[in-house]
Amino acid sequence: MISREQVLHVAALARLELSGEEVDRMARELSGILDHIEKISELDLEDVPPTSHVLDLSNVLRPDEPRPSLPRDVALAQAPEVAADGFEVPSPGA
Amino acid sequence: MSEILALTATQTAERVRSRELRSREVFEVYRERASRDELNAFTWVAEGPPSDDPSPDAPLAGVPLAVKDLFCTEGVPSQAGSRILEGYCPPYTATAVAKLARAGAPLLAKTNQDEFAMGSSNENSGYGPVRNPWDRDRVPGGSSGGSAAAVAAGLAPWAIGTDTGGSIRQPAALCGIVGLKPTYGAVSRYGMIAFASSLDQAGPLTRTVADAALLLAHMVGQDPMDSTSLAFPEPIEIPQREDLKGMRLGVPSELSDEAEGIEPGVAGAFRETLDLARRMGAEVEEIHLPHTAHGLSAYYLIAPAEASANLARFDGVRYGLRVDGDEGLRAMYERTRAQGFGAEVKRRIMLGTYALSSGFYDAYYGRAQKVRTKIAEDFRAAFERFDFVVTPTSPTVAFPLGAKIDDPLAMYLNDYCTVPMPLAGIPAISIPNGLSEGLPTGFQIAGPAFSENRILAAAHALEQAIGFDGSAARE
Repeated sequence: MISREQVLHVAALARLELSGEEVDRMARELSGILDHIEKISELDLEDVPPTSHVLDLSNVLRPDEPRPSLPRDVALAQAPEVAADGFEVPSPGA
Repeated sequence: MSEILALTATQTAERVRSRELRSREVFEVYRERASRDELNAFTWVAEGPPSDDPSPDAPLAGVPLAVKDLFCTEGVPSQAGSRILEGYCPPYTATAVAKLARAGAPLLAKTNQDEFAMGSSNENSGYGPVRNPWDRDRVPGGSSGGSAAAVAAGLAPWAIGTDTGGSIRQPAALCGIVGLKPTYGAVSRYGMIAFASSLDQAGPLTRTVADAALLLAHMVGQDPMDSTSLAFPEPIEIPQREDLKGMRLGVPSELSDEAEGIEPGVAGAFRETLDLARRMGAEVEEIHLPHTAHGLSAYYLIAPAEASANLARFDGVRYGLRVDGDEGLRAMYERTRAQGFGAEVKRRIMLGTYALSSGFYDAYYGRAQKVRTKIAEDFRAAFERFDFVVTPTSPTVAFPLGAKIDDPLAMYLNDYCTVPMPLAGIPAISIPNGLSEGLPTGFQIAGPAFSENRILAAAHALEQAIGFDGSAARE
């Protein structure tokens, strides 16, 4: 069972504001989903290597040569706020 | 016009090449139909034909393409079904879309989808649900539901989508069309707005298997912009085969029995096609893939975990929505994401963040990755004895809008037969397998990595023998 406190802790990690009603619903729903998923704890997985990726690839390299990048005005064109040729954000200290 | 509508994309391309049709005329017929769409299948439709006409001699001959919203298309809204990206027009085009345009398939429309491809019914779209052309009170499946509905309803000659846990194959099955998820790495992911990067693959949704092969042939290939893409080891061929002689089909009881929650009508249609396959020369035998029963559990840890990291980029700084309350940076992040994401996306971000958080990582994400290894081993063992593993695509036919939206677990069970393949990275196709209660069912064929040509050949042979008629959905 996931508690309200755990939901609030995870929401803070995920930078997600939840309403009081959402916190209750999330606790209930995540508990239900995790109960179902718990079935994998019945499996004997000792010594089984984890698969993080299905392809047998390593170190895909390319020549380290300069290439054109997005022009600054194009990169900034979709930004909600722009200041001094950069992305403007609220103060981190506020 | 009805003459063009009756043609498959391959036939349309042939008529353009022989100068019986003009590509501009084909574009206009479909553009006009797409702009009158009543299924909510599109989030954007082209205002007119492309300024530079594709050559009638190009491989795809100007037959226009519908593209799932999450593919970035330069200067055209690419919102991944999310309000957090409302109006976002990227400065570049996804490799798969650019390759198809170069091969002569211009962009006709962007298709509606579940938000960030999270869903199996299209009801999680920030732009409203898509309706199934076979019954407008039912879902088209998801997450590529707009692509599937558009092709089934004849609003687009063909489409592309993405599949993470079944998002091409399940809506293809529910809409009575063909959907192929290629081998992981076969198609570049560059420019696809990411959901779960170790699973996401782009693929075709088409009226016929031959159409899927033609589209796939121009999607595959290594891309310097995606270091997980690979050169396809052989050219994709247009399938011609009409029998299944010598082909060995393995039927996993874990993914095909009514006991596992497969609807009787779906299971019945599946068994009929197994009999048909036997008459066409195939050997059909029951097999066991014991760990696939745990596929959903592993998937619903791995995919949300990867999503929680991928979706961290939506923070109100560089593009998309910003909700600011003058309380500093952190409050801006939290409010932007609270307002911009829908309920299912929030649920999966929370699930994924929890599974990755300190103290729970080994029990959840670590274990799920080990289950993934066991599922891949099950398939490897099966493919030593069998050419293909076959299952019903979806446990049920299309369900009514709203039927499962309040029960996340019931919704996740829709992916039961389709999640094991992406976990193993292997290709699988869904082809129309007749109707149950007047609604389409799907037959799924999975094979080893890079067996697309053999899968397409077997699917084509079965498609000819099944003789499915999808014209009712185009009326």
